[in-house]
Parts: sequence; structure tokens; C-alpha cells
Amino acid sequence: MNDPLAKVKGWFTGGGLLWPVLSLAALLAFNLAYQPAFFRVVIQDGHLYGTLVDVLNQGAKVMLLALGMTLVIGTGGVDLSVGSVMAITGALAALLVTTTALPFVAVLALCVLAGAALGAWNGLLVTRLRIQPIIATLILMVVGRGIAMLITDGQIVTFEHPTFVFFGNGHFLGLPFTVTIVALAFAATALLTRRTAIGLFIEAAGDNETASRFCGAPVRLVKVLVYAFSGVCAALAGLIATSNIKAADSSRVGELMELDAIFAVLVGGTALTGGRFTLVGSIVGALLIQTLTTTMYNLGMPPAIAPVPKAVVILLACLLQSPIFRAQLGGIFARRTTAE
Amino acid sequence: MSDVLLSAREITKSFPGVKALAGVQIELRRGEIHALLGENGAGKSTLIKIITGVYQRDSGTIQFAGREIHPRSPKDAEACGISTVFQEVNLIPTLSLAENVMLGRLPRRCGIIQWRAARAQARRALARLGLDLDVSRALQSCSIALQQMVAIARALDVKCELLVLDEPTSSLDEQEVAALFTVLRKLRDDGLAILFVSHFLDQIYALTDRMTVLRNGTFVGEYATAALPRLELLGKMLGRKVEAAQAAPTASAKTAGAETPLLDARDLGRCGSVGPIHLRISAGEVVGLAGLLGSGRTETARMLFGIDPHESGELRIGGERTALRTPGEAIRRGFGFCSEDRKVEGIFPHLSVRENLVFAMQASRGPLRRIPAAEQAQLADHYIRALNIKTASAETPIRNLSGGNQQKVLLARWLAMQPKLIILDEPTRGIDVGAKEEIEKLIETLRAKGMAVLFISSELEEVVRVSGRVVVLRDRKQVGELDGDFDESRVLQMIAQPHADE
Repeated sequence: MNDPLAKVKGWFTGGGLLWPVLSLAALLAFNLAYQPAFFRVVIQDGHLYGTLVDVLNQGAKVMLLALGMTLVIGTGGVDLSVGSVMAITGALAALLVTTTALPFVAVLALCVLAGAALGAWNGLLVTRLRIQPIIATLILMVVGRGIAMLITDGQIVTFEHPTFVFFGNGHFLGLPFTVTIVALAFAATALLTRRTAIGLFIEAAGDNETASRFCGAPVRLVKVLVYAFSGVCAALAGLIATSNIKAADSSRVGELMELDAIFAVLVGGTALTGGRFTLVGSIVGALLIQTLTTTMYNLGMPPAIAPVPKAVVILLACLLQSPIFRAQLGGIFARRTTAE
Repeated sequence: MSDVLLSAREITKSFPGVKALAGVQIELRRGEIHALLGENGAGKSTLIKIITGVYQRDSGTIQFAGREIHPRSPKDAEACGISTVFQEVNLIPTLSLAENVMLGRLPRRCGIIQWRAARAQARRALARLGLDLDVSRALQSCSIALQQMVAIARALDVKCELLVLDEPTSSLDEQEVAALFTVLRKLRDDGLAILFVSHFLDQIYALTDRMTVLRNGTFVGEYATAALPRLELLGKMLGRKVEAAQAAPTASAKTAGAETPLLDARDLGRCGSVGPIHLRISAGEVVGLAGLLGSGRTETARMLFGIDPHESGELRIGGERTALRTPGEAIRRGFGFCSEDRKVEGIFPHLSVRENLVFAMQASRGPLRRIPAAEQAQLADHYIRALNIKTASAETPIRNLSGGNQQKVLLARWLAMQPKLIILDEPTRGIDVGAKEEIEKLIETLRAKGMAVLFISSELEEVVRVSGRVVVLRDRKQVGELDGDFDESRVLQMIAQPHADE
């Protein structure tokens, strides 16, 4: 494993990264054939513009959510509340920048804390009251938008706060600032899980919770932490979404985005049953979903029917993850997997 | 009078890689309670499942009430007149007693359920067992014993000639068992044939008329219960002459005398689980825990490791009085526990050998102080070599290893912690003979280095061979302790002697 080549190979064979990457490549190849403009990138005022940049920018929210979701799913849970947490933190941020003179950094910190607290609430429901994760987080999913409405008093709060607007719309190093946010969040998550033993504890809790407990591992603490972390990721995504439209629209922000995040994680190769997780895979999965959405918009497909091809691609990507399906494909595919 | 109801001959059943039954026979008569006996893996449940239609036999014949039958499903068997109450009560807790008794055959007219008739019929079915209950009660409001009765009432409500009971008493207390037996005797006197499976020898002797013994998927014999002394029965179940005492190993070598025992349990118990247990283990000593299946061996281990904490009695570790409420506390006291169920409670199937091996140590250091990669690799390599673990590499997922090698990884997980006491629950179950021997040797090495070992195994021969002292359990109670000069037959006698204290 010290050999970098073996490590790269391990990504493809062990982590199952090969298939999400191939799916993404196939989708890009399709665009290359049917609409080469997809790959045109221009430099304007020192910033990069183009469809590929849009994919990164638009996909930032799902990528952030997918980071937190990966850890939650790694423990064998799921977090349905991230869309609602986005709405709550977005509303909170809009309220704070319009009614107080707090610097944006303080607003950001407060929103991240709020996200962590909401996530910890989910975690406590799961660990202390032993509610199944899907139900426990469904509670916050349902009630969350109501809380967001309460914060903004049922109004759509608009703002012109320059730093907050920059957070979701600015540019940094020629790329949208959101790319930097995702990069930092990814690096932080990777360090947090792989440089400490937290990643191992998450995988162990998801792979065999009983054995984990019998080894004296802090299973409950780890679970509360991953839900809290998912809340933090949702808070960042919520601030980006709110900044994008310069308004806190509690009923629409992050709508159905929890499902996109779950898709991204599954397509990326982390099993819903928990255990081994791959952060890189989830990022690739999120990019796959965003590329697909953007492709369909560019082809002029009406947004109302866009979910149909999306569903087909997700189904295909999931099937490709299945060793049984790959074996049934036969021919080159079968030979390839056995050769590995 | 030999009124034969069911006669199965030459029953053979194979599963991939295992021959579960080889030419087994059983004969059940009307108006008798028949016990089916054998140690774990003897083929009892396979035979029951063939009779009740869960599995299909590969070859052999089953004559039932004078004709050949071939049940394809439990429902099929029920139509023939064979009803089964399985170990786990499979009723629906939220439905009423009447619904549970009548489920699947509620009387209907034009598709509409005749509730009044259903309740009346359910009441009659329960009355047959001597029960007068409000049948509109929800099942979950009843005790487990009553639920068991409802399951039996349900089984008897169809035209039933043979009632199969698989471990019906495993979750009942003594009074409930007595009540159940009264009902079963009444049913027998009504002419029903009952096949009774239980691990509790006392119950077998109290209830049954005849018994069939299986061992390793083969038929050992059929006996009248009253004519077969317990000791002989045990010999037949375990497959060796009990009176043939083997040369006892040098027991003194295995017992090292230490003044303050590492672990000292007095009257330790847990309500509804096990107890009281008196157990002293010193450093450099292997203590065996013997008893039949269901005698409370695993429960004792779980209690000592803080998984199911003790509720009564006193526990001293290194002379200091303490209570272990979680596995974490036990681990901090220097305990390790290799659980009996490797798959469910031991391994992390998708994680690597290295990760499985360092996990307990990492857990004790906490999440933030990660064991450096180099140290992890070194630990893994060391134990792979020391325990001769056969794996492609330290990074192979553990599920790709054989059972014996998985077990060695789990042993290494605790050895890496350098525990003072290691509890081994069935460490040699389901692994090949070579690995078994290696593990036994390893235990001796650990003991010689001053580790205390609590050794649990259902193979009596192994317990006697490995341990310096043996604590014997029966029916979730401690019945004695053997020290110094003992052999298998002494242990068997202790297991076999009937309750003296009742």
C-alpha cells in the first residue's frame, strides 16, 4: 500500500471508485459529442466562466451535504434533515445580517454552531432514544422549515450584505469562492476522519455495532458527532444557497437536496448499510448528479421532466456498483473483475 | 400398546459442504411425549424442519398415520396434522389473542370476518388448555408463558395429531414450566403425540416417555426415558463412555497459587439470566466453565465483562470491590472477551485484518490519539506471524479469512492489549482441528506468562484438557467446582445429578 500506484489501483478495485468515475466520464463524453460548448471555458476579468465551472459552483451545496452524509451513512444511519437545516441556518444568517451589526465571520460561526446543535439533536434521538435514523431525522426535516419560517416571521428576508453575498457568489483564485469552501471542507473532513481514529470508529460502528461496543469504542459519541458534523455541512450549504439568491426563502432553500446528497453518497460507492465509506467517491457522485442536471438544462429539457433521465442514470450507476450485476454483464466486464 | 403415528426412516439431508443428517430415524406414538436430544449440531433442528416441511429430505421415508407424506411447507405439514411451535414465538404482538389463535383461518362469510364466531372458537381453543382468558386482549399484554400457550392453542386448533415443540421452555420460569407441563400431560392423555426438544435434562426426565438421541447427524438410539440413567444419556449425546476416565493431565501445573485472586465473584447474579456464581481466578490460572448448552456459560461471561452487568452479589477485582457496568470499564480493568458469536459480536467483516486487530487498542486510546500507521502495521505483522494467521496480507478484509484465522485475529485483538484476564467463549467452535490445537497451545503459553484465562467450551474434553479448575453450571446456576484431580466423568456426574436443592 506504500506504493502510490498500488494505492491508486486500490481506489478503483477496493473502494469501487472505478464505476462512479467511469459514469462521470461517460456523461462528459456524451457532452463532448453532442454539445462541445459544454467544455468551453473563457476568462473574463480574471475569472473563469463556462459550463464546467458552473457544474462545480452549482454542485458545491450537494458536495458539502454529501461529505456529512457520507459519515452518517458510514455509521449505518441516514440524515434526511439536511435540507431543513439549510433553511434554518439560511434564515438565521439573513436575520442576523439584516438586524444586527455582527461581522460576517461571527454570523458564520453562529450558523455553524446552530447546524451542529441541530445535528446533535438528531444524534441524541438516534443514540439515547434509539429512534431509527430515518425517523429521527424525518422529525427535523418536517419541523425544520416551520422553524425557519418562525425565524423570518414568514417573510422572505432579502439582504445586500457584501461579505455574505460574496460567500456564495464571489470569486477566489479565478474560481467561484464556493469551490474553495468545498475544498477546505473536504480537506478538513479527510483530515478529521483519516488522521485521527474517528474514521475507523465510524466504519466499525457501521460494520458491526455490537462488536464495536464490546471493544469499548464510544459508539454513541461517534454517532452524535457524525450527525452534528452533517449539521455543520448543511449549515455551510444553507449559507451558500441563501447567498446565491440574496434572500432567505425558507420554503424553497435546499428542497429535496437531502435526496441528492444521499444519491451522491450511494453512487460514490458507500453502502447504505454502513461500514467502509469513501469521501472522494461521494464528491465524484455529487459531481455526477450536478453534471447530469446541468447537461439536461443545456439540452433544453423542461425542468419538470428532468427527474426522469436523472433517475435512469442513478439506477444505472447503482447497478454498476453491484458485483452481481457486473458479473451478469458477462464478457469483458466479467473477465475484468475476475482479473483484478 | 404401540400405536405408531409417525415413523421416519433413513432420513438423509445435505447442505452444501455438510451432511446434516445421515440415515436418521424416529418413531412417534399417539399418547406419548417424545424427547429429541443431541448436542449442538447433532441435527435436531434439521430433523424437526424436515418433519414440519421447512426443509425437504434428500432421501428416506416418512410414514404418518399410515401413509407416506412429503410436506413441502409448514402449512402443508399442518394440513397433514403436524403443528409446530417454534422457539421464538412467532405471533403478532399487537393483535388480540383471538386474532392470533385464528390468524389465517378466521371464519368468513362473503369475505367478511365473523368476529363473534372467531372469538368463540379462540375461547374454545384456549379452554382446551385449561385457560379462561379475555380473548380480545392484545397478545403483548400477556406474559411470555401465556404467549407460549396461545401459540400452542393456535397449533392445536387445526386438526392436529402431532405437536412439535422446539425449546418451548427456554424463556419460562419454573412455575410457568410446571403449568406448561400440566397442559402437555393432559394433551398426551387425550391421545396427542408430542415431540419435545429441550436442552434441560431435568425437564426431559420430568416430562417425556421416550427419547431419540442424535449425534453428528446420525441416529444413536431410541430409549425409554425411565430406563436410561442421566449419565448414560450424556455419554450417548457426547459420544463417549463416561465411566472410561481419561488420564487427568497434570492439573497442578495448570493451577498457580496466588494469594489475592485477580477476579473474585461471590454470589454474582443477574435476574432472569444467570446466578448465583462463585468464581475465583488468579493470575496464571486457566479456569474452565462447563455445562450443557443453555446452562448459563455465555451469560456468565457477559456478566463478568459488563455487557449485562450483575444485579446481585459482590465482585472484587484485585481485591477491590467494584462493579462493571460497561465493556469499557471491564477493558480498563484489564479484561478481554472473545465472544462466542464471532460473526455477530466479533469481527468487522469489511474492515482489514489490521484494523480488526488494532481496534480494541485504538478504542482504549480514544478517537483522537490514532495509533501511527507504522505501529499498526508492525502490530499486525507481529501477530500474523506469532499466531500463524493465514491471510494474503494485513490489508485483506477479514471476511475473506477462514473461521479459524478470523478467531486468531480476534484473539490477537485482545492479546495486543496485554490483558490480565481474558474470557474465551467457545474460542474453538467451528474451526478446523489444526487451528484448534494452536489455540489450545496459545492458551497454555499465555497462562505460563501469568495471564488469567476463563475458558468456556461445550466440548467437555477440551475444557478438562485446558483448565486447571472447572466450574460447573446447570440450568443457569452454578452446581459445583472441581479442583486438582478431576476428569471428564467427574464433570459429567456433576452436570447429570438431579436437582438436590428442590
